[in-house]
Amino acid sequence: MPDTARRERFEQAVLPHLDAAYSLARWLTRNDQDAQDVTQEACLRAFCFFDGYHGGNMRAWLLTIVRNTCYTWLHQNRHPDSTQIFNEEIHSLELSGGADPEIQVLASADKETLHRALEELPDVFREMLVLREIEEMSYKEIADVTSVSLGTVMSRLARARTRLRQSLSVGLGRGH
Amino acid sequence: MSCELTQHYVPGYLDGELDLVRTIEMETHFKSCPACARELESQQALHAALQRSSLAFAAPAGLRDRILSSLRTSSGVEVQERKIKWPSLNIWQWAGAFGVLALFSISGWQLTNHLRAPSSDQRIAAEVFSSHVRSLEGDHLMDVVSTDQHTVKPWFDGKLDFSPPVEDLASDGFPLVGGRLDYVEEREVAALIYQRRKHFINVFVWPNPTGTNSTQAIESRQGYNIMRWSRGGFQFWAVSDVAVSDLAEFVQLLETHISSESK
Repeated sequence: MPDTARRERFEQAVLPHLDAAYSLARWLTRNDQDAQDVTQEACLRAFCFFDGYHGGNMRAWLLTIVRNTCYTWLHQNRHPDSTQIFNEEIHSLELSGGADPEIQVLASADKETLHRALEELPDVFREMLVLREIEEMSYKEIADVTSVSLGTVMSRLARARTRLRQSLSVGLGRGH
Repeated sequence: MSCELTQHYVPGYLDGELDLVRTIEMETHFKSCPACARELESQQALHAALQRSSLAFAAPAGLRDRILSSLRTSSGVEVQERKIKWPSLNIWQWAGAFGVLALFSISGWQLTNHLRAPSSDQRIAAEVFSSHVRSLEGDHLMDVVSTDQHTVKPWFDGKLDFSPPVEDLASDGFPLVGGRLDYVEEREVAALIYQRRKHFINVFVWPNPTGTNSTQAIESRQGYNIMRWSRGGFQFWAVSDVAVSDLAEFVQLLETHISSESK
């Protein structure tokens, strides 16, 4: 295929997902400039791989590349928080205190508080919540993007939510 | 349905990832159990808070142009040598697995086993196959690493609602190397990992609700062999890239060990 035609086909397929790509990069790097660099890098990388893309879920395909690019970047630029291995505990939903005040807290949580709490989660949990709650991906898509099993997606997502709830409850408890 | 199991499935329920039967079981349980209903309410509150806060970022104005112009100035060859070094080409493995799965659904399966409906077998085959491929990709082949069946078996206690039969076949050339929790047909299953020289065999085990025993059936796809059978109230699916004859021998040995153990 001539270079121009190939590039145009790529731009048509990939650029509609640019916001999703940047948003994931922004949540994983927690920094605008880094997110822009990573997104650009990932798009160039995707362009190299584009001949191997034969249809299917373009957004998941692109986000897989963005995620890999982010982790490579994080690995080179930061302490190895992103490579933590977590023991997958399935039944870890116990939260301290009654649930009713917690529901109040969650119902009144504002964007800034949520943003901060989400940003403070370890990468491995944050990416699960970003893909599920922000990108609204199915478990299968998340499993594909993150290269883990469906069971792991489910248990990590459960732990991510528990940790986020704990952090929100503690945060607001302090204010009173 | 127990509270423990219900709470475990609350996220799946909330995300619309459960099948109809389990969804109805969950809803029945919520009506009779205030504690689980409260747990659901908390998770719903978190979900609602995340949804209403619109936490997605939009790409900044200039980024699109920056990317377009870098695409125009970079040829594919140059890009590969850019500043980021790639640890592995996971995307290709992913794309490969995806392609194989697509083939599965197009070609369908010629199954002779009458235990379950073909569509269900086809779905399970695709799931165990993709789990097998995925387990070999990253660092998630094993949750518990042990060649001792007396370590692996108790490890599953409390993680599953059943106790899978665990046998070491090291003396027969198929050492047990570990275990993992996996997910097939929207339920937690035990995955036991055996090794044959440099190759791995994933054996997925979960209870067989009909309780009937079935003969072994084998299917080959894309260089992988998948073998399934039911015995002693469990169903088993073994997936590997070892030769068909090796896999058949392995399954025979496993059957013999399990039945002698249960006598």
